[in-house]
Formats: sequence, C-alpha cells, structure tokens
Amino acid sequence: MSTSTPRSFQEIILRLQAYWASKGCAILQPYDMEVGAGTFHPATTLRSLGSNPWAAAYVQPSRRPTDGRYGENPNRLQHYYQYQVLIKPSPPDLQELYLGSLQAIGVDMDLHDIRFVEDDWESPTLGAWGLGWEVWCDGMEVSQFTYFQQVGGHDCTPVSGELTYGLERLAMYILECDHVMDMPFNDPDAPIPLKYGDIFKQTEEEYARWNFDVANTDVLLRHFEEAEAECEVILSQAFDDPKTGKRIIMAHPAYDQCIKASHIFNLLDARGVISVTERQAYIGRVRALSKQCADAFVQTRAGGFVEAAE
Amino acid sequence: MPDLLIELFSEEIPARMQTRAANDLKKLVTDGMVEAGLTYASAAAFSTPRRLTLTIDGTLDASPTTVEERKGPKADVPEKAIEGFLRGAGLTRDDLEERETPKGSILFAKITKPGRPAADIVAEVLENAIRNFPWPKSMRWGTGSMKWVRPLHSILAILVAEDGATVVPMDVDGITSSDTTEGHRFMAPGRFSVTSFDDYSTKLKRAHVVLDATERRDAIWNDATNQAFALGLEVFEDNGLLAEVAGLVEWPVVLMGQIDEDFLGLPPEVLQTSMREHQKFFSVRNPKTQRIERFITVANRETADNGATILAGNQKVLSARLADAKFFWENDLRVAKSDMNVWLQSLENVTFHNKLGTQAELVNRMAALARELAPAVGADPDMAERAARLAKADLSSEMVYEFPELQGLMGRFYVEASGEDAAIAAASEEHYAPLGPSDDVPTAPISVAVSLAEKIDKLCGFWAIEEYPTGSKDPFALRRANLGLIRLVLNENTGVSLSSIFRKSIHGHLNDLLVRQVETELNATENSFPASLIASLHNDEIDTFKELAAAKEDVYDAELQMAGIKAKAMTRHLLAFTHDRLKVYLKDQGIRHDIINACIAMDGNDDINLLVKRATALNEALQTDDGKNLIQGFKRANNILSQAESADGVEYSYGADVKFAETGEERALFAALDMTEPTITSAMAAQDFTTAMSAMASLRSPIDAFFEAMQINAENDTVRRNRLNLLSRIRTLCSSVADLTKIEG
Repeated sequence: MSTSTPRSFQEIILRLQAYWASKGCAILQPYDMEVGAGTFHPATTLRSLGSNPWAAAYVQPSRRPTDGRYGENPNRLQHYYQYQVLIKPSPPDLQELYLGSLQAIGVDMDLHDIRFVEDDWESPTLGAWGLGWEVWCDGMEVSQFTYFQQVGGHDCTPVSGELTYGLERLAMYILECDHVMDMPFNDPDAPIPLKYGDIFKQTEEEYARWNFDVANTDVLLRHFEEAEAECEVILSQAFDDPKTGKRIIMAHPAYDQCIKASHIFNLLDARGVISVTERQAYIGRVRALSKQCADAFVQTRAGGFVEAAE
Repeated sequence: MPDLLIELFSEEIPARMQTRAANDLKKLVTDGMVEAGLTYASAAAFSTPRRLTLTIDGTLDASPTTVEERKGPKADVPEKAIEGFLRGAGLTRDDLEERETPKGSILFAKITKPGRPAADIVAEVLENAIRNFPWPKSMRWGTGSMKWVRPLHSILAILVAEDGATVVPMDVDGITSSDTTEGHRFMAPGRFSVTSFDDYSTKLKRAHVVLDATERRDAIWNDATNQAFALGLEVFEDNGLLAEVAGLVEWPVVLMGQIDEDFLGLPPEVLQTSMREHQKFFSVRNPKTQRIERFITVANRETADNGATILAGNQKVLSARLADAKFFWENDLRVAKSDMNVWLQSLENVTFHNKLGTQAELVNRMAALARELAPAVGADPDMAERAARLAKADLSSEMVYEFPELQGLMGRFYVEASGEDAAIAAASEEHYAPLGPSDDVPTAPISVAVSLAEKIDKLCGFWAIEEYPTGSKDPFALRRANLGLIRLVLNENTGVSLSSIFRKSIHGHLNDLLVRQVETELNATENSFPASLIASLHNDEIDTFKELAAAKEDVYDAELQMAGIKAKAMTRHLLAFTHDRLKVYLKDQGIRHDIINACIAMDGNDDINLLVKRATALNEALQTDDGKNLIQGFKRANNILSQAESADGVEYSYGADVKFAETGEERALFAALDMTEPTITSAMAAQDFTTAMSAMASLRSPIDAFFEAMQINAENDTVRRNRLNLLSRIRTLCSSVADLTKIEG
C-alpha cells in the first residue's frame, strides 16, 4: 500500500475506501437523507443492534446548521463529510486496524505522535452511549473511536467498534491547508483543478443564510410533529403484512422519520427558536422515536430475530 | 519466599483513572491473598496508559496448613451418636482420639486443612479482582461479557522463586495468563517475556516505557522547567495537568514551542485556558513581563527529527485555536467599548430557569437587592446597582460561550474596557465567590453587595418554586450558595436580619410566578373567548361572562393573599435550612450542635452574626467548670419547676419574696440573683454575650448550695410557692441568655 502523501481531498477518501475494503468492510454509499453525523446512517445505528455480524464503511455528508459560518471560518462548516466504519463484533486488533488506515492516508507513524485520549461518547437523541477515545495526531483530534455499549436503549451484544473520521479536518492536516476552502478537492494537476471552496463556498453562504435567518420555523415545527406522528403510525402497524402475509416490520421507514425529526430539530435550534428547557423536551421526543425504532429493528431478521421453528 | 508480578495490559486507560486503579489492584489482590493465608513482605503498584502493574515481595509458596480441634461426644455414648458426629464433621473413626477429662472420657477430632499452593490462591484472587474491579465506568467489547475500562488484552502473572519464574496459570474470559508483555506501542512493538520485576522494569525501559507515573511526572516537570529556565522563562505550575499528561504517555518527551506574536496580546488567562483545556499544554511565562510567550507539550515518543514534525503540528493546532480566541476577544472588546447594552438585551433570550425567568430578569432582581443591601456593607447604592446590572453581561460574550470557565473574569475585563469604575468591574468577577468552602470571600464592598444579592435571589427563587436540595440531590448547588451567604455575612460582621430579606425576595418571586400564571391564563381566556365576539353576546350571556370574570378576580385575590402566607412559611423553612448549614460550618469550628440549637431557639436567630456571637460565648462558658455545673443546676431547677407547674396547673412567675426565705442558702441565692440580674440584662441589651454568660455561670455556687441545703416541697405552702417562684427567676434569667434546655448531657 502506498504511504506517499495524498494530493487531494478525494484521494484521502479513495484511500480510506480502498483500505477498509481490503480489511473486509462492505463499502456502502451515503444515506440519502440529511443527518447530523455518520452515526445516524442506519448502517450504524440499526446495524449495531442485534447479534448479526456486520462490517461496513462509508462517507456520510453531515449537516450541522449551527456550525455555519458563511464559509469564512477556516475550520467550521455547516455541511461536511464524515468517514464512518462500523465493525460488529469489534475485532481485538481494531486499534491496529485504525492506525493502519492513518498510514494508508499518508501519516508517517515514525514522525508523528498519535495518542488515544479518553472520550466518552453519548448521543442523547439516539439513546446511545459508548466508551473510547478521541485520537490525537500531534495534538489535533483526527478521529473518534468508540465501543458502542447501548443504542436506542438496547445493550449492544456483541459490541460494535465505531470509527469516525472528520474528513475535512484530517485532510487539511495531511494536505497542509490553513483554510478549508483552499484545500484541493481533486488532483491539483488535473485539467480542471477544483478547490473545496470552488464546490462549497457558495453553498455554505446559501445554507448559512437560510439556516439562520430564513428557514420558516412554523413549517419546520409542523414537519417535526408530522415526522413524529408518522414514525409512530408506522410502528403501530401489525408485524404481519395483510397483503403479502409476510412478517414485515417497517423499522427502516420509521427510522427515516426519526432522522427527519432529528434534523428538523437541529434546524430549529439554529434558528434560535428553541429555549434551553424546550431543548431537553425535543431531545427527549427524538430519543423516544429512536428507541421505538430500535425496539422494532430487533424484531426483524437483520436485527437478529429468529423465527421459531414450526 | 517467592515474589509475585502481575500486569494487566489493555487499550488506553483514561489518565484520570490510572493511579486509583493501581491502588485498587494492590488492595484487592493483597487483601485476597492475606485472607487466604498468603502473607507478604511488601507490595507496590504502578500504572501507565496501557497497563496496571503490581509487584509483591516475599510471599509464601503455599498457605500454611492449619489444624483445628473439635470436641465430640463422650466416649461411652451409643455408636449411633458417634456416627452422627463423624458424618457431620466429615471424618472417619480414625480421626478421633479419646482423652480423659474431668468430665469423663471424651472423643476429640483433629481436622487438618492442608495449605494451598500460592499459584492457586493468586489465580483465584486475581480473577476475582479482574471481574469485580471498581472502575468508575467500564465496558464490554467484542463478543465477551467481561467488563474492563477498555478492552483487556493480556495478563502477565508470574511467581518468581530462586530457581526461576513460573506462570500462574489462569484464564479469564479467554485471556490466558503468560510471562509476556509489550513495550511502547510505536517505538518498540512486539512482545517479550520477563523473569522478575527487576527484569520487567529494565526491559520495559529498554522498550521505551517508564513504568512509574511519579517518575514520568518528575521527568516532565524537570525537563519542562529546565527548558524554560534556559530561556529565562518559567513554567506555569499546574499539578492537575501534570498528573493528566503523565497519564497520557509511556515515554514522555517534552517539547517547547513558541506562541505566534499575534496572540501575545490576549489576556494570560485566556491563553492559559485555551491551551490547557483544548491542547493539554503548559503555559510558559516571561517573569519580567508576566506574559505567556511559549507552550510546553508532552509527546509520547522520540522521532528522527527530534520532534520537529510533532511540534510543528501542535503549533499549528494551537494557532487555529488561538485565532478563534483572538477573534472572540476582539469582537467582544468592540461590543464592550461601543455598547454593552446589546449584551444586556440578549440576556432577555437566555433562560435562567424556566420557572424563574430569564437572565435579564435575574439581573433586575439582583440590581434591586444589591442597592438595598449596599448600605449594610458600606457600598455606594448606585454603584452596587450598576455593578449588579453588569455582572452577567459577559454571559453574552463569545469568549464565555466558548470557555464557560472564564465567566466573571472576562466580565471584569469587558466591563472595565467599557469605561466603568474598576470596583464595578471587579464585582463581575468576584460576585461568584465564594464557590467552595476554601474559596476566598470577597471583601470589596460593591462585590460583597452583588455577591450577597446573587446568592439571596438564587436561594429565595428556588425556595419559591419548591426546588429544595434533598438528600444527595442538589442540582442547583443551593447548599453551596447558602454556605457562601453565611460566610459573606459572617465576614462582614454586620447585623443583617435575613428573615425580612428572605421574605421580601420570596414574596417577590411568588408574585412573579403568579403574574406569569395569570398571563398564561389570560391568554387562554382570550383564545377561548375572542374579544371581538364580546359585542355579539346577548345580555344574559354578558352577565354570566362578568360573573365568571369576577370569580376569576376573586381567585386571583385569594392567590395573592396566599402568596403572603406562603412567603412567611417558606422564609422559616429557608432560615431553618440556613441554620442547618450554619451548624455544619460551626461544627468545623468546634462548636457542638446542641450549643447552636440553644442559641437558635432565641429571638433574633435570623441575624447570623448575633447567633454566632451567642454560640461562641456559650461555648466558652460551657468550657468552664462553673458553666458545666450551672447547666446541671439550671436543669434541676427547670425540671422541678415544670413538674410542679403541670401538677399544680399554674405558672410560678409571680416573683419570689426574700421575706419568706428560711435559710442562709436561700437568702444567698436571692442576693446572687439580685446582683446578676441587672448585669445580665444590660449585657444582653449590649449584645455582650461573654459578660452575660460569665455572670450567669457565677450563679452556679449559690444554686448548688441552695439545692444542697433545701427541700423545695416545704410543708408550708407559702414557703413552697416562694421557692418555686425563686426557681422561676433562675429559669427566666438563664433563658434570657440561651435556651439551656437544649444543652445535652
């Protein structure tokens, strides 16, 4: 494997894809919905539940409306990419596998100082927690490393190991860029070289304006209620589908509504219309949805449910 | 005498847990061994980010064999009884020995418990320790069910005797013990075996691991101070950070870097906080200028370029962090200098507590209270009010949003930058104090007024919404606020009647709550009955509408009156809570709780200074022989009097007359009371408790002599009543000083 220094943002992504593919992960595509972090992808939240083994890696575009800075802050974006790896059960050499991935993207282990610094992970909206570290490279946090203990209120047995790379920050470090917008997205020698800013500067401005000042909060509030109601309606259906006669629990469609509610909550938060106390209540409502989705998923085959023999 | 070496090797253990864990391992294993009969000479425990190590010297090859003797039945009992005894003890006939005793011939059994090999005991004790380890937070991993702080990878366990080392065989959830370990993750990968603790620590050092956290800490500190000293600089001492950093590395390498010129204008506290919180860097200061000019970071390895890459990386991360901080600082200063009202206004959007309103409302209440309290603490009321209005302004600043721990301090900078008086600016920082029991109490009058206002409003607010601390639950840190209030008042040494201040504040809070409630209800009424429809009501409906509206008014009036009573009851409750805190505080100063109770039972107990003076004087009086005995005399007088009063159904308080006195002792007591009464009364009026108490103590001998010589229940009823009235005088006089019935013993 090449350990030369990559030359672009996309090369780092491609190398991570190749590395984790070589370690046996299914390379999935991003989830087609707005999420705040790669963890929300059902390939992580739902698949970390139940006893079935799992190994997946993917890029997940993530949105955090409150972090929008109109593309001016060198390190903050409202839309950014996470690289996510989830392996269940967590293999005993997960730390070594992870360090191998750093080498694969050009981090010279002989020159850098890599540290595992305590960081307990908790997602109040997902009803999830785990223990692990933030991984530091020369004092910079380059990844989150977590052993999931509970998701959606369910104990994780077996335990999944989750790795999350903040791709822009990591790439800026490797490519030695001071401002994210100056980072080469494709090969700088390509016929049409594109920088990160060529692709995202304008969208950062557009979304920052919309997120902070224009998004219609009444509509958002209504969407939140609707997503919440729909999620509950979906999950209230009988397990057995009257049309096909099959056991079809609609855990994923319900979970989509949960993701939707979660993202709308983030948008409302960015609009500044949620008070400190209301905040807790909203988080509690999303958590209730994710718990119900987790309850439903563990009743499915993918969630480890085994139908009793006739 | 073999030695024992244990190492539990895992993925990175959180720095803050390592030292405690090493000690826990030592305790669990040594306790378990001793309990099983394996004594030892000495033990020591160590920790690094990846390992807990325990070395035990001079233990035994095996636990000693023990012999226990058990007495059985008499030798001549029926065979069945003997069989029963054997069955119960798990013995055979051969184990029994017949012995002559004064009670006849009796059977004795000798039960020998053979010793167990050390390896068996260690394996059992260690497995038990691993499975029940008291980690503050532990986790599962993979498919296992075992819990450890992070995945446990290997167990090294060897017994070292003169003829060599042997592995203590054990298997915990698939992890098999061995005599091997690993060195530094990056600098010396691969496993190696060890034969003793000396061999282990030597080989570890060769594999770039410093086993002893103290050694790592000392090495870091020495190297850091040396590097700074060489440049005429000094490292900012921070023991918490030092311990944490020593727990993040196995092979510490100290690197010193420069802070970019651009950031040197930031307040040192901002630099220090940003570097410590985000990067775990030490600050290096120039003693001549007091400026922080460099940083120290501790890497976990040596590199071929002598740390150049690592340092460059760290420097870059720091610059990004400080660029943020500088951005906040400059933006904040701009706001502070142009118009701080922007911040005050934005406090209207920040909830203090959902039932107690916004931070802006809090500030309004604090301003009013600070103004009111100002004269009592020698502060200018206008300035105290202004200081309170600005005290929370920095909560709107970007710097405090990023670093909440800088609240107050930033306020001081910004308020001063806005052109306010330095004493007003100081209150922004000092009004939070005292935070802990050892934290200094502010003394500048304006700061004191604002600090008192903050604590009183907080306590009264949470009392008004019935959020009292219960048991171990005190989410709003009200006990701390209360202790802070007590210490402030005591430090000022001025008479403040807490009851009226509490009542006023609580009543204000209750009214606010009521107003909010009425507002919501009014909204609800309007929603349910739109004003535009009132014109469309029929006459009879209008009457009903008016009646209902009036009924609502009545309810509101009743609620308002209720708030008044509630405020009084809540004030008493809060005062009792304050007295409880005060008891804890005074107990630490060596004053017993019953002495405090005797003083709390007196009028004026809401003046804490008065209360403490009284308690201190009573405490001193009770140290003396006279004082101690006086209590006994007082109690005797009080008991006799109370019994007589309940038997006779009257209160003896008419005033005794010396002309009915029959003996010298009785007359002497009259004389003593006549003499001390005015002394005590005038001393009490002057709040001179010491004089009052010592005068009271001087009554001891006449009272003792009186009881020695007299029978209260004389046959002559007049004489009896006169004596009871005399006792009543004692009771009244002593009770004017403190409620001595509360004194125990």
